[in-house]
Amino acid sequence: MMHVIFPNSMKSLYALALIFMFGFGQAAHAEKITIAAAADLKFAMDEIVRTFRQIHGSDEVEVIYGSSGKFNMQIRHGAPYDLFFSADIAYPRELVKAGHAVGEVRPYALGRIVLWSASLDASKMTLESLASPHIGRIAIANPKHAPYGKRAEEALKAVNLWERIQSKLVMGDNVSQAAQFVQTGNAQVGIIALSLAINPELARQGGYYLIPDVLHRPLEQGFVITRRAASNPLARRFADFMDTPAARAVMIKNGFR
Amino acid sequence: MDVALTETELETIWLTLRLATTVTLILLGVGTPLAWWLARTRSRWKGLIGALVALPLVLPPSVLGFYLLLAMGPQGPLGILTQALGMGTLPFTFWGLVVASVFYSLPFMVQPLQTAFESIGERPLEVAATLRASHLDAFFTVAVPLAMPGFLSATMLTFAHTVGEFGVILMIGGNIPGETRVVSVQIYDHVEALEYLQAHRLAGVMLVFSFLVLLALYAWRPPPPKGG
Repeated sequence: MMHVIFPNSMKSLYALALIFMFGFGQAAHAEKITIAAAADLKFAMDEIVRTFRQIHGSDEVEVIYGSSGKFNMQIRHGAPYDLFFSADIAYPRELVKAGHAVGEVRPYALGRIVLWSASLDASKMTLESLASPHIGRIAIANPKHAPYGKRAEEALKAVNLWERIQSKLVMGDNVSQAAQFVQTGNAQVGIIALSLAINPELARQGGYYLIPDVLHRPLEQGFVITRRAASNPLARRFADFMDTPAARAVMIKNGFR
Repeated sequence: MDVALTETELETIWLTLRLATTVTLILLGVGTPLAWWLARTRSRWKGLIGALVALPLVLPPSVLGFYLLLAMGPQGPLGILTQALGMGTLPFTFWGLVVASVFYSLPFMVQPLQTAFESIGERPLEVAATLRASHLDAFFTVAVPLAMPGFLSATMLTFAHTVGEFGVILMIGGNIPGETRVVSVQIYDHVEALEYLQAHRLAGVMLVFSFLVLLALYAWRPPPPKGG
Protein backbone atom coordinates (compact mmCIF):
# COMPACT_ATOMS: atom_id res chain seq x y z
CA MET A 1 0.00 0.00 0.00
CA MET A 2 3.00 2.30 0.18
CA HIS A 3 2.72 2.99 -3.52
CA VAL A 4 -0.49 4.85 -2.76
CA ILE A 5 1.44 7.27 -0.63
CA PHE A 6 4.57 7.48 -2.74
CA PRO A 7 3.62 7.18 -6.39
CA ASN A 8 6.32 5.94 -8.77
CA SER A 9 6.38 9.23 -10.59
CA MET A 10 8.01 10.69 -7.49
CA LYS A 11 11.25 9.05 -8.57
CA SER A 12 11.49 11.34 -11.55
CA LEU A 13 11.43 14.30 -9.17
CA TYR A 14 14.61 13.26 -7.36
CA ALA A 15 16.96 14.92 -9.83
CA LEU A 16 15.02 18.14 -9.56
CA ALA A 17 15.08 17.91 -5.78
CA LEU A 18 18.86 17.59 -5.80
CA ILE A 19 19.21 20.69 -7.93
CA PHE A 20 17.06 22.62 -5.48
CA MET A 21 18.95 21.37 -2.45
CA PHE A 22 22.36 22.32 -3.77
CA GLY A 23 21.23 25.41 -5.60
CA PHE A 24 19.92 27.20 -2.55
CA GLY A 25 22.26 25.77 0.04
CA GLN A 26 25.02 28.31 -0.52
CA ALA A 27 22.92 31.45 -0.46
CA ALA A 28 24.58 32.71 2.75
CA HIS A 29 24.73 36.48 2.90
CA ALA A 30 27.17 38.56 4.92
CA GLU A 31 24.90 41.52 5.67
CA LYS A 32 22.02 39.53 7.04
CA ILE A 33 21.24 38.50 10.58
CA THR A 34 18.72 36.14 12.06
CA ILE A 35 17.49 36.86 15.55
CA ALA A 36 16.00 34.26 17.88
CA ALA A 37 13.65 36.18 20.16
CA ALA A 38 11.56 35.12 23.14
CA ALA A 39 7.85 35.01 22.32
CA ASP A 40 7.06 37.93 24.65
CA LEU A 41 8.97 40.18 22.23
CA LYS A 42 6.56 39.41 19.39
CA PHE A 43 5.34 42.98 19.00
CA ALA A 44 8.23 44.92 20.52
CA MET A 45 10.91 43.31 18.36
CA ASP A 46 8.91 43.79 15.15
CA GLU A 47 8.87 47.49 15.95
CA ILE A 48 12.52 47.62 16.94
CA VAL A 49 13.52 45.98 13.66
CA ARG A 50 11.40 48.49 11.73
CA THR A 51 13.10 51.37 13.55
CA PHE A 52 16.53 49.81 13.00
CA ARG A 53 15.85 49.46 9.28
CA GLN A 54 14.74 53.06 8.98
CA ILE A 55 17.99 54.24 10.48
CA HIS A 56 20.36 51.74 8.88
CA GLY A 57 18.82 51.42 5.46
CA SER A 58 18.23 48.08 3.83
CA ASP A 59 19.98 45.78 6.31
CA GLU A 60 18.37 42.40 6.41
CA VAL A 61 17.12 41.37 9.82
CA GLU A 62 15.00 38.32 10.28
CA VAL A 63 13.30 37.47 13.58
CA ILE A 64 12.12 34.08 14.73
CA TYR A 65 9.94 33.85 17.85
CA GLY A 66 9.71 30.94 20.24
CA SER A 67 10.36 29.81 23.79
CA SER A 68 13.73 30.80 25.23
CA GLY A 69 14.39 27.24 26.36
CA LYS A 70 13.86 25.95 22.85
CA PHE A 71 16.33 28.47 21.40
CA ASN A 72 18.85 27.59 24.11
CA MET A 73 18.64 23.96 22.98
CA GLN A 74 18.77 24.83 19.27
CA ILE A 75 21.77 27.14 19.55
CA ARG A 76 23.65 24.38 21.38
CA HIS A 77 23.06 22.30 18.28
CA GLY A 78 24.26 24.87 15.81
CA ALA A 79 21.06 26.69 14.90
CA PRO A 80 21.82 29.58 12.50
CA TYR A 81 20.85 32.43 14.83
CA ASP A 82 23.13 35.43 15.17
CA LEU A 83 21.54 37.04 18.20
CA PHE A 84 19.54 35.44 20.97
CA PHE A 85 17.06 37.50 23.00
CA SER A 86 16.04 35.40 25.97
CA ALA A 87 13.20 36.01 28.40
CA ASP A 88 15.46 34.50 31.05
CA ILE A 89 19.00 35.89 31.18
CA ALA A 90 20.22 32.56 32.58
CA TYR A 91 20.03 30.89 29.14
CA PRO A 92 22.43 33.27 27.31
CA ARG A 93 24.75 33.14 30.31
CA GLU A 94 24.85 29.36 30.07
CA LEU A 95 25.52 29.60 26.34
CA VAL A 96 28.50 31.86 26.91
CA LYS A 97 29.82 29.49 29.55
CA ALA A 98 29.49 26.57 27.14
CA GLY A 99 31.19 28.50 24.35
CA HIS A 100 28.16 28.82 22.08
CA ALA A 101 27.93 32.58 22.44
CA VAL A 102 30.54 35.30 22.69
CA GLY A 103 31.06 38.49 24.63
CA GLU A 104 28.95 39.93 27.37
CA VAL A 105 25.35 39.04 28.03
CA ARG A 106 23.46 42.31 28.00
CA PRO A 107 20.31 42.72 30.07
CA TYR A 108 17.66 44.50 28.02
CA ALA A 109 14.44 44.42 30.00
CA LEU A 110 12.43 43.20 32.94
CA GLY A 111 9.30 41.34 31.99
CA ARG A 112 6.04 41.12 33.92
CA ILE A 113 3.30 38.54 33.97
CA VAL A 114 -0.42 39.37 33.86
CA LEU A 115 -3.76 37.63 33.96
CA TRP A 116 -5.48 38.17 30.67
CA SER A 117 -8.84 37.12 29.30
CA ALA A 118 -10.68 37.73 26.05
CA SER A 119 -14.12 36.87 27.46
CA LEU A 120 -13.99 38.11 31.09
CA ASP A 121 -12.80 41.37 32.59
CA ALA A 122 -9.41 40.31 33.87
CA SER A 123 -8.70 43.78 35.30
CA LYS A 124 -11.18 42.98 38.10
CA MET A 125 -9.53 39.64 38.88
CA THR A 126 -6.73 38.51 41.14
CA LEU A 127 -4.88 35.20 41.18
CA GLU A 128 -7.44 33.92 43.72
CA SER A 129 -10.16 34.30 41.08
CA LEU A 130 -8.58 31.42 39.21
CA ALA A 131 -9.91 28.97 41.81
CA SER A 132 -13.48 30.03 41.02
CA PRO A 133 -15.64 27.30 39.47
CA HIS A 134 -16.69 29.82 36.79
CA ILE A 135 -13.25 29.63 35.29
CA GLY A 136 -12.67 26.52 33.22
CA ARG A 137 -9.32 26.44 31.55
CA ILE A 138 -6.27 28.52 32.39
CA ALA A 139 -3.47 28.80 29.84
CA ILE A 140 0.17 29.26 30.78
CA ALA A 141 3.41 28.79 28.86
CA ASN A 142 5.16 25.47 29.45
CA PRO A 143 7.25 25.99 32.63
CA LYS A 144 9.70 23.35 31.46
CA HIS A 145 11.26 25.58 28.82
CA ALA A 146 9.38 28.89 28.72
CA PRO A 147 10.47 31.47 31.34
CA TYR A 148 7.01 33.08 31.47
CA GLY A 149 5.52 29.69 32.28
CA LYS A 150 8.12 29.16 34.99
CA ARG A 151 7.27 32.53 36.59
CA ALA A 152 3.55 31.79 36.33
CA GLU A 153 4.17 28.53 38.17
CA GLU A 154 6.17 30.36 40.86
CA ALA A 155 3.45 32.97 41.36
CA LEU A 156 0.72 30.33 41.56
CA LYS A 157 2.76 28.36 44.09
CA ALA A 158 3.38 31.53 46.12
CA VAL A 159 -0.38 31.97 46.64
CA ASN A 160 -0.93 28.22 47.16
CA LEU A 161 -3.02 27.82 44.03
CA TRP A 162 -0.73 25.65 41.91
CA GLU A 163 -2.07 22.34 43.24
CA ARG A 164 -5.69 23.51 43.37
CA ILE A 165 -5.93 24.65 39.77
CA GLN A 166 -3.72 21.89 38.35
CA SER A 167 -6.66 20.23 36.57
CA LYS A 168 -7.57 23.48 34.78
CA LEU A 169 -4.12 24.21 33.40
CA VAL A 170 -3.32 23.95 29.70
CA MET A 171 0.15 24.66 28.45
CA GLY A 172 1.25 26.55 25.39
CA ASP A 173 4.57 25.80 23.79
CA ASN A 174 5.54 29.41 24.51
CA VAL A 175 3.84 32.48 25.99
CA SER A 176 2.47 33.51 22.60
CA GLN A 177 0.68 30.19 22.18
CA ALA A 178 -0.74 30.55 25.71
CA ALA A 179 -2.11 33.96 24.66
CA GLN A 180 -3.49 32.45 21.48
CA PHE A 181 -5.34 29.74 23.46
CA VAL A 182 -7.06 32.56 25.37
CA GLN A 183 -7.63 34.71 22.31
CA THR A 184 -9.47 31.91 20.51
CA GLY A 185 -11.64 31.42 23.60
CA ASN A 186 -10.40 27.90 24.18
CA ALA A 187 -9.10 28.97 27.60
CA GLN A 188 -10.99 31.56 29.67
CA VAL A 189 -7.91 33.08 31.27
CA GLY A 190 -4.20 33.01 30.67
CA ILE A 191 -1.07 34.08 32.48
CA ILE A 192 0.82 35.86 29.75
CA ALA A 193 3.42 38.57 29.21
CA LEU A 194 2.46 42.17 29.91
CA SER A 195 4.12 43.03 26.59
CA LEU A 196 1.54 40.89 24.78
CA ALA A 197 -1.49 42.00 26.82
CA ILE A 198 -0.94 45.71 26.17
CA ASN A 199 -0.52 45.27 22.44
CA PRO A 200 -3.53 46.92 20.72
CA GLU A 201 -4.56 43.66 19.11
CA LEU A 202 -5.01 41.90 22.44
CA ALA A 203 -5.90 44.99 24.50
CA ARG A 204 -8.93 45.46 22.24
CA GLN A 205 -10.31 42.13 23.47
CA GLY A 206 -9.87 42.46 27.20
CA GLY A 207 -8.17 44.05 30.17
CA TYR A 208 -5.44 42.54 32.29
CA TYR A 209 -4.45 42.18 35.93
CA LEU A 210 -0.80 42.82 36.71
CA ILE A 211 0.49 40.00 38.91
CA PRO A 212 2.60 41.44 41.79
CA ASP A 213 6.26 40.81 41.01
CA VAL A 214 7.01 39.88 44.62
CA LEU A 215 5.32 36.54 43.88
CA HIS A 216 7.98 35.32 41.45
CA ARG A 217 11.65 35.64 40.66
CA PRO A 218 12.32 38.61 38.35
CA LEU A 219 11.91 38.03 34.62
CA GLU A 220 15.33 39.41 33.88
CA GLN A 221 15.84 39.28 30.14
CA GLY A 222 19.12 39.36 28.31
CA PHE A 223 20.59 38.94 24.87
CA VAL A 224 23.87 37.75 23.48
CA ILE A 225 25.67 37.42 20.15
CA THR A 226 26.14 33.78 19.21
CA ARG A 227 29.46 32.26 18.27
CA ARG A 228 28.70 32.12 14.55
CA ALA A 229 28.10 35.91 14.47
CA ALA A 230 31.21 36.77 16.51
CA SER A 231 32.66 38.78 13.64
CA ASN A 232 29.42 39.84 11.95
CA PRO A 233 29.35 43.66 11.94
CA LEU A 234 25.60 43.79 11.46
CA ALA A 235 25.02 41.68 14.57
CA ARG A 236 27.19 44.09 16.55
CA ARG A 237 25.37 47.11 15.10
CA PHE A 238 22.04 45.64 16.11
CA ALA A 239 23.32 44.83 19.61
CA ASP A 240 24.51 48.42 20.04
CA PHE A 241 21.23 49.71 18.69
CA MET A 242 19.43 48.15 21.68
CA ASP A 243 21.11 50.74 23.94
CA THR A 244 19.89 53.73 21.94
CA PRO A 245 17.02 55.93 23.18
CA ALA A 246 14.98 54.93 20.11
CA ALA A 247 15.12 51.24 21.02
CA ARG A 248 14.55 51.91 24.74
CA ALA A 249 11.45 53.92 23.88
CA VAL A 250 9.99 51.01 21.92
CA MET A 251 10.69 48.60 24.76
CA ILE A 252 9.07 50.84 27.36
CA LYS A 253 6.07 51.45 25.13
CA ASN A 254 5.67 47.66 24.96
CA GLY A 255 5.55 47.16 28.70
CA PHE A 256 9.19 46.39 29.47
CA ARG A 257 11.22 48.19 32.07
CA MET B 1 21.66 4.70 32.91
CA ASP B 2 18.32 3.99 34.49
CA VAL B 3 16.24 2.35 31.80
CA ALA B 4 13.10 1.56 33.82
CA LEU B 5 10.25 3.83 32.78
CA THR B 6 8.79 6.11 35.43
CA GLU B 7 5.12 6.21 36.35
CA THR B 8 4.62 9.45 34.41
CA GLU B 9 6.19 7.92 31.33
CA LEU B 10 4.02 4.82 31.62
CA GLU B 11 0.97 7.08 31.95
CA THR B 12 2.02 8.92 28.79
CA ILE B 13 2.54 5.67 26.88
CA TRP B 14 -0.80 4.29 28.09
CA LEU B 15 -2.55 7.49 26.99
CA THR B 16 -0.93 7.29 23.58
CA LEU B 17 -1.99 3.66 23.12
CA ARG B 18 -5.52 4.49 24.26
CA LEU B 19 -5.71 7.33 21.73
CA ALA B 20 -4.37 5.21 18.88
CA THR B 21 -6.73 2.31 19.69
CA THR B 22 -9.79 4.57 19.89
CA VAL B 23 -8.93 6.30 16.63
CA THR B 24 -8.24 3.00 14.84
CA LEU B 25 -11.57 1.49 15.95
CA ILE B 26 -13.50 4.60 14.89
CA LEU B 27 -11.71 4.68 11.55
CA LEU B 28 -12.40 0.98 10.94
CA GLY B 29 -16.09 1.83 11.28
CA VAL B 30 -16.00 5.04 9.24
CA GLY B 31 -13.25 4.16 6.79
CA THR B 32 -14.52 0.74 5.67
CA PRO B 33 -17.79 1.91 4.06
CA LEU B 34 -16.01 4.97 2.66
CA ALA B 35 -13.27 2.83 1.10
CA TRP B 36 -15.87 0.37 -0.24
CA TRP B 37 -17.80 3.20 -1.84
CA LEU B 38 -14.64 4.73 -3.33
CA ALA B 39 -13.57 1.34 -4.70
CA ARG B 40 -16.87 0.55 -6.42
CA THR B 41 -18.59 3.81 -7.27
CA ARG B 42 -18.79 5.32 -10.74
CA SER B 43 -20.10 8.56 -9.27
CA ARG B 44 -18.61 11.81 -10.49
CA TRP B 45 -18.00 12.70 -6.83
CA LYS B 46 -15.41 9.93 -6.53
CA GLY B 47 -12.50 12.20 -7.45
CA LEU B 48 -13.61 14.93 -5.06
CA ILE B 49 -14.13 12.60 -2.09
CA GLY B 50 -10.88 10.76 -2.84
CA ALA B 51 -8.99 14.04 -2.86
CA LEU B 52 -10.58 15.15 0.42
CA VAL B 53 -9.66 11.83 2.05
CA ALA B 54 -6.04 12.17 0.88
CA LEU B 55 -5.72 15.81 1.95
CA PRO B 56 -4.15 15.11 5.39
CA LEU B 57 -1.27 13.34 3.58
CA VAL B 58 -0.05 16.59 2.09
CA LEU B 59 -1.51 19.17 4.46
CA PRO B 60 0.91 20.52 7.08
CA PRO B 61 -0.30 19.39 10.53
CA SER B 62 -0.26 23.04 11.56
CA VAL B 63 -2.95 23.84 8.98
CA LEU B 64 -5.17 21.08 10.30
CA GLY B 65 -4.39 22.08 13.90
CA PHE B 66 -5.18 25.72 13.23
CA TYR B 67 -8.55 25.04 11.60
CA LEU B 68 -9.49 22.46 14.22
CA LEU B 69 -8.63 24.87 17.04
CA LEU B 70 -10.94 27.48 15.54
CA ALA B 71 -13.67 25.02 14.56
CA MET B 72 -13.71 23.28 17.94
CA GLY B 73 -13.39 26.54 19.93
CA PRO B 74 -16.37 28.18 21.65
CA GLN B 75 -17.24 30.23 18.54
CA GLY B 76 -16.51 27.54 15.96
CA PRO B 77 -19.20 25.36 14.34
CA LEU B 78 -17.98 22.16 16.03
CA GLY B 79 -17.60 24.01 19.34
CA ILE B 80 -21.13 25.40 19.17
CA LEU B 81 -22.42 21.90 18.48
CA THR B 82 -20.49 20.21 21.31
CA GLN B 83 -21.54 22.95 23.74
CA ALA B 84 -25.19 22.57 22.72
CA LEU B 85 -24.85 18.85 23.44
CA GLY B 86 -23.50 19.71 26.88
CA MET B 87 -20.02 18.37 26.14
CA GLY B 88 -18.15 21.66 26.50
CA THR B 89 -15.44 22.42 23.98
CA LEU B 90 -13.04 19.82 22.61
CA PRO B 91 -9.58 21.42 22.49
CA PHE B 92 -7.32 20.29 25.36
CA THR B 93 -9.36 17.11 25.88
CA PHE B 94 -8.76 13.48 25.02
CA TRP B 95 -11.80 13.45 22.72
CA GLY B 96 -10.53 16.57 21.00
CA LEU B 97 -7.40 14.62 20.12
CA VAL B 98 -9.55 11.71 18.94
CA VAL B 99 -11.51 13.96 16.57
CA ALA B 100 -8.33 15.55 15.24
CA SER B 101 -6.62 12.19 14.79
CA VAL B 102 -9.60 10.72 12.95
CA PHE B 103 -9.18 13.44 10.34
CA TYR B 104 -5.41 13.21 10.36
CA SER B 105 -5.20 9.41 10.01
CA LEU B 106 -8.17 8.98 7.66
CA PRO B 107 -6.12 8.34 4.47
CA PHE B 108 -4.03 5.72 6.25
CA MET B 109 -7.18 3.69 6.81
CA VAL B 110 -9.10 4.41 3.61
CA GLN B 111 -6.37 4.14 0.97
CA PRO B 112 -5.07 0.62 1.77
CA LEU B 113 -8.68 -0.60 2.13
CA GLN B 114 -9.69 1.00 -1.15
CA THR B 115 -6.76 -0.66 -2.92
CA ALA B 116 -7.67 -4.01 -1.35
CA PHE B 117 -11.34 -3.72 -2.35
CA GLU B 118 -10.44 -2.67 -5.89
CA SER B 119 -8.15 -5.67 -6.33
CA ILE B 120 -11.03 -8.07 -5.57
CA GLY B 121 -12.76 -7.10 -8.79
CA GLU B 122 -16.38 -7.71 -9.81
CA ARG B 123 -16.25 -11.44 -10.36
CA PRO B 124 -16.34 -12.84 -6.78
CA LEU B 125 -19.25 -10.54 -5.94
CA GLU B 126 -21.13 -11.52 -9.10
CA VAL B 127 -20.68 -15.16 -8.15
CA ALA B 128 -21.98 -14.37 -4.67
CA ALA B 129 -25.00 -12.66 -6.20
CA THR B 130 -25.82 -15.69 -8.36
CA LEU B 131 -25.78 -17.71 -5.13
CA ARG B 132 -28.44 -15.26 -3.87
CA ALA B 133 -26.21 -13.64 -1.28
CA SER B 134 -27.46 -10.21 -0.24
CA HIS B 135 -25.12 -7.24 -0.71
CA LEU B 136 -24.36 -7.13 2.99
CA ASP B 137 -23.90 -10.89 3.12
CA ALA B 138 -21.56 -10.81 0.13
CA PHE B 139 -19.60 -7.98 1.67
CA PHE B 140 -18.94 -9.82 4.92
CA THR B 141 -18.50 -13.36 3.56
CA VAL B 142 -16.68 -12.56 0.31
CA ALA B 143 -15.19 -9.07 0.24
CA VAL B 144 -13.93 -8.84 3.81
CA PRO B 145 -12.05 -12.18 3.80
CA LEU B 146 -10.52 -11.38 0.41
CA ALA B 147 -9.49 -7.93 1.59
CA MET B 148 -8.08 -9.17 4.89
CA PRO B 149 -4.44 -8.25 4.09
CA GLY B 150 -5.71 -4.75 3.30
CA PHE B 151 -7.53 -4.59 6.64
CA LEU B 152 -4.40 -5.70 8.46
CA SER B 153 -2.14 -3.12 6.88
CA ALA B 154 -4.74 -0.34 7.13
CA THR B 155 -5.24 -1.07 10.83
CA MET B 156 -1.54 -1.18 11.60
CA LEU B 157 -0.68 1.91 9.57
CA THR B 158 -3.52 3.90 11.15
CA PHE B 159 -2.52 2.83 14.63
CA ALA B 160 1.17 3.56 14.08
CA HIS B 161 0.49 6.88 12.38
CA THR B 162 -1.71 8.03 15.27
CA VAL B 163 0.97 7.01 17.76
CA GLY B 164 3.43 9.13 15.78
CA GLU B 165 1.21 12.19 15.56
CA PHE B 166 2.76 15.38 16.89
CA GLY B 167 2.05 18.68 15.17
CA VAL B 168 -1.73 18.68 15.43
CA ILE B 169 -1.57 17.60 19.07
CA LEU B 170 0.92 20.33 19.92
CA MET B 171 -1.54 22.87 18.55
CA ILE B 172 -4.76 21.68 20.17
CA GLY B 173 -3.58 19.50 23.07
CA GLY B 174 -2.42 21.96 25.71
CA ASN B 175 0.00 19.40 27.13
CA ILE B 176 -2.15 18.04 29.97
CA PRO B 177 -0.69 14.98 31.74
CA GLY B 178 -2.92 11.92 31.40
CA GLU B 179 -5.27 13.76 29.06
CA THR B 180 -3.42 15.17 26.06
CA ARG B 181 0.30 14.77 26.74
CA VAL B 182 1.18 11.93 24.40
CA VAL B 183 4.60 10.34 23.94
CA SER B 184 5.71 12.49 20.99
CA VAL B 185 4.91 15.72 22.88
CA GLN B 186 6.61 14.45 26.02
CA ILE B 187 9.77 13.72 24.03
CA TYR B 188 9.67 17.22 22.56
CA ASP B 189 9.38 18.72 26.06
CA HIS B 190 12.31 16.71 27.32
CA VAL B 191 14.49 17.80 24.39
CA GLU B 192 13.50 21.46 24.82
CA ALA B 193 14.47 21.26 28.47
CA LEU B 194 17.79 19.54 27.60
CA GLU B 195 16.64 16.39 29.46
CA TYR B 196 18.26 14.07 26.96
CA LEU B 197 18.30 10.98 29.17
CA GLN B 198 14.52 11.05 29.57
CA ALA B 199 14.12 11.90 25.89
CA HIS B 200 16.28 8.91 24.95
CA ARG B 201 14.19 6.46 26.93
CA LEU B 202 10.86 7.44 25.37
CA ALA B 203 12.37 7.98 21.93
CA GLY B 204 13.89 4.51 22.14
CA VAL B 205 10.50 3.01 22.93
CA MET B 206 8.99 4.80 19.93
CA LEU B 207 11.79 3.73 17.61
CA VAL B 208 11.50 0.06 18.54
CA PHE B 209 7.71 0.18 18.35
CA SER B 210 7.62 1.83 14.93
CA PHE B 211 10.20 -0.56 13.55
CA LEU B 212 8.32 -3.61 14.84
CA VAL B 213 5.06 -2.41 13.31
CA LEU B 214 6.67 -1.92 9.93
CA LEU B 215 8.54 -5.21 10.21
CA ALA B 216 5.28 -7.02 10.92
CA LEU B 217 3.62 -5.17 8.06
CA TYR B 218 6.24 -6.19 5.51
CA ALA B 219 6.72 -9.71 6.86
CA TRP B 220 2.98 -10.49 6.69
CA ARG B 221 2.55 -9.00 3.30
CA PRO B 222 1.29 -11.66 0.91
CA PRO B 223 3.19 -12.19 -2.36
CA PRO B 224 1.83 -10.01 -5.20
CA PRO B 225 -0.85 -11.72 -7.32
CA LYS B 226 0.50 -13.39 -10.47
CA GLY B 227 -0.38 -11.91 -13.85
CA GLY B 228 -3.14 -9.36 -14.39
